[in-house]
Amino acid sequence: MTIPTIECHKVSKRFGNVSVLDNLTLTVESGEILSVLGPSGAGKTTMLRTVAGFESLNSGEIRIQGELASSQSVHKPPELRQVGMVFQNYALFPHLTISKNIEFGIKKLAFKEQKRRLSHVLSLTKLTGLENRYPHELSGGQQQRVALARTLAPNPVVILLDEPFSNLDASLRLDVRREVGNIVRENRTTTIFVTHDREDSFGMADRVAVIREGTVDQIDPPDSLYHSPETPFVAIMSGAATFVSAEIQGDKAITEIGELPYTISSKSPTNNKRVMLLVRAHDFDLSPSSKTTCTVVAREFRGDEVMLTVKFASGATIQCKQHHSRKLEPTTHVDLTPSNPHPFLAFPFDSAFIGKTY
Amino acid sequence: MNTNYHRELVTGVAPHTLRHLWPGSRIGKPPLVIWIPALLIGIALTLPLVYLVIRGSSASEEAWSLLFRSRTVLILGRSVILVATVSTLSALIAVPIAWLTIRSDIPLRGFWTVTTALPLVIPTYVGGFIVVSALGPKGLLQSVLAKPFGIEHLPDIHGLVGATITLSLLSYPYVLLTVRAALQNIDPSHEETARSLGNGSIVSFFKIVIPQLQPAISSGSLLVALYTLSDFGAVSLLRYESFTWAIYQQYQTTLDRSIVALLSLVLVTVATIALLIETYSNSRIRHHNVSGDTQRPPVLVRMGHWRWPAFAFCTAIVTFALVLPLGVLSYWLIRGVSVGEPLLILWTASRNSIFVSILAAMTTVTCSMPVAALLVRYPGFISRTVKTLGFAVYALPGIVVALSLVYFGAAIAHPIYQTVWILLIAYIVLFFPIALGSIASSLLQIDPKLEDASRGLGRSALETMRSVTLPLMRPGILSAGALVFLVAMKELPATLILGPLEFNTLATSVWSASSEAFFARAAAPALMLVLLSSVPMAFLISRRSGNPL
Repeated sequence: MTIPTIECHKVSKRFGNVSVLDNLTLTVESGEILSVLGPSGAGKTTMLRTVAGFESLNSGEIRIQGELASSQSVHKPPELRQVGMVFQNYALFPHLTISKNIEFGIKKLAFKEQKRRLSHVLSLTKLTGLENRYPHELSGGQQQRVALARTLAPNPVVILLDEPFSNLDASLRLDVRREVGNIVRENRTTTIFVTHDREDSFGMADRVAVIREGTVDQIDPPDSLYHSPETPFVAIMSGAATFVSAEIQGDKAITEIGELPYTISSKSPTNNKRVMLLVRAHDFDLSPSSKTTCTVVAREFRGDEVMLTVKFASGATIQCKQHHSRKLEPTTHVDLTPSNPHPFLAFPFDSAFIGKTY
Repeated sequence: MNTNYHRELVTGVAPHTLRHLWPGSRIGKPPLVIWIPALLIGIALTLPLVYLVIRGSSASEEAWSLLFRSRTVLILGRSVILVATVSTLSALIAVPIAWLTIRSDIPLRGFWTVTTALPLVIPTYVGGFIVVSALGPKGLLQSVLAKPFGIEHLPDIHGLVGATITLSLLSYPYVLLTVRAALQNIDPSHEETARSLGNGSIVSFFKIVIPQLQPAISSGSLLVALYTLSDFGAVSLLRYESFTWAIYQQYQTTLDRSIVALLSLVLVTVATIALLIETYSNSRIRHHNVSGDTQRPPVLVRMGHWRWPAFAFCTAIVTFALVLPLGVLSYWLIRGVSVGEPLLILWTASRNSIFVSILAAMTTVTCSMPVAALLVRYPGFISRTVKTLGFAVYALPGIVVALSLVYFGAAIAHPIYQTVWILLIAYIVLFFPIALGSIASSLLQIDPKLEDASRGLGRSALETMRSVTLPLMRPGILSAGALVFLVAMKELPATLILGPLEFNTLATSVWSASSEAFFARAAAPALMLVLLSSVPMAFLISRRSGNPL
């Protein structure tokens, strides 16, 4: 078995009294692209900075290629870790040209080797021809690629990207994301990138670590996160979700909208009769009906789909995506039927999740 | 340079939060190589003050009774009045000029932008000498008027009016430059919002712009106030008996050092009170000004016919503050040369001035680097301690520092007493806040992530400093050096008191000649001084952000 590139084992980090990382454990295999997904303040950036060696640990340990890099007593300085970091604002050296920026980390190599690496990463990142420009003379997307080229030039064992696409506007974002994904895949570089954006995360990563309050809730490929979330939090991070209160009776869960098939979430088991069911936006088909108490209360047109908000008699709402041909206007009474035979995932009841749409 | 930020660093009144106190801060403990030198420098800076306090507390009965004489209060009152009149007049001159040169369509705007800042290169004692020699009894004006009109006496220019006008014309650039910087940083969209909400351009200006300038006006006025309070040259030559003058008299006439120490402490207290009032009354407003970069240049206000009165105003100020003084100096220079005044001593004095000023610039800038690194990068307990120490010396007048070092040198540091080195220490103490402000704001503009990026690319902390931080700080380091060079060239009381015997600088040459009314002899070193001071000044003006404070 090969040694994982990065192993974080029960890593904890506090700033003063504020705990930012709390027993965080994750591993990244060689050549893998791992995304760390979480809301702002979850400790994503701090996690990257501890791996890169910019922050020390309060407890736990970090191994890079099997070798201890950080623990309570050990702290290998960042310059000896062979870890490349791409900062959110790129942190390009404003006083150096593009080629000088890229050569910054490979100055100790033989001159010929420097030039070879320079031209390799320039062509990899499609920056050839811009060598003598200064960072401020480039567009946001180009700056992003310079930052990436600079980080790749010393052949780090892993590169870390901090919110790599958040500074780009929506029209550029998708292109740059694909480009960056292609570059690191082509270069077979182990990559960790953190983001709060699900689309970026799912679009580029092999596996996604969902992180909350400094702990990893679940690490899995994107589709597993969506289909088998282990916690309600992972469920809402991995796709549009609503939770519906339910009572278990035998193999059925009784809800306001009728009896539904269910399975108890294996990682969040409960013996309680009172549960909540995870409802995804595609889980129900809607049809107009005068016999129900469910009403469409809002309709958002999203191009290929419409997102409808449906209100139950109790006042709870769920979100349902329907094909745009469905002409269901607000105030229409609707009937809900499950659109596929999957059982609904049941989690222990938590009122914090009820009545909200994510 | 963001003076508000600079003041925040020095005085430490910014609100404290866990992280992101300001954009350049890091979280966590500062490394030893930064905090130990920074703390030592902070402590060293306060030594003169500590020494004064010790000296003052062991004062004799007699000294205390001298202190509480009504005469002491009277002289203190005179100083306070001078400070009030000079700060007010400076603001009245500076604020309109700042607005005219930044926001109006005044003809020759660029020319006024440069020339209105230039009086800063004329030291107050040179100003005093010019006024006395031109307008005083047997002065230039009187001799011109004597022949055709037979005028024997002019109204006396000595005293409050003369001192106020002289000091205001020479120190208004302090307000001008702070207000100008603030005006450039005001987001024009605020004013545009006010316009779109139905206010006229003049109403918007008074409702939106003036309130935002208020912190800059008051911090510029504070600089003028401290400058005036510690001024020694102009008040002495214009025979206005202010507190610095009284301290100097005591120093020369009595052997009891504790009375001088007590008087110095009174002056320090007044200066500190002024600093505290200004700091705390503005501390909340100031915070919003920390990051104030604007993208769009503001639209110039069309003044129509009002352009010409404005033009006349700028012409008058530049004439009285710059052209006439230089004219008077040139006149005396020509007269001096024509009567065979030796110019040779000028060479030694210039060399000495340049030598100590360069030395002062280099040492002060070097000392301020670890302190700036600590304050900007590592806000925390040690940082706050050093800030408090910096606050204590921020308002120390030159004469007080000089006197405390005289006693300190004579009693403790005898080997360096009456050498250039003790003078250098005085310069460091006096000019440290100036250098710190410039260095700190340049460091503030450097994202610490650039340093992280360098470490991540395999460079050690030391290499990172050499290849990333220092090159990026270079403009700030250069302007800090230029500023310290400029003020060290102009410095008089410390140079006078602490300079070694036979060590003549341009400042002391001007002083010794003009205090004995040898105007023709004072002219050459005075012009040389102005000329040499213009070199760093030109450098500072050519850098757009350069704010020579």
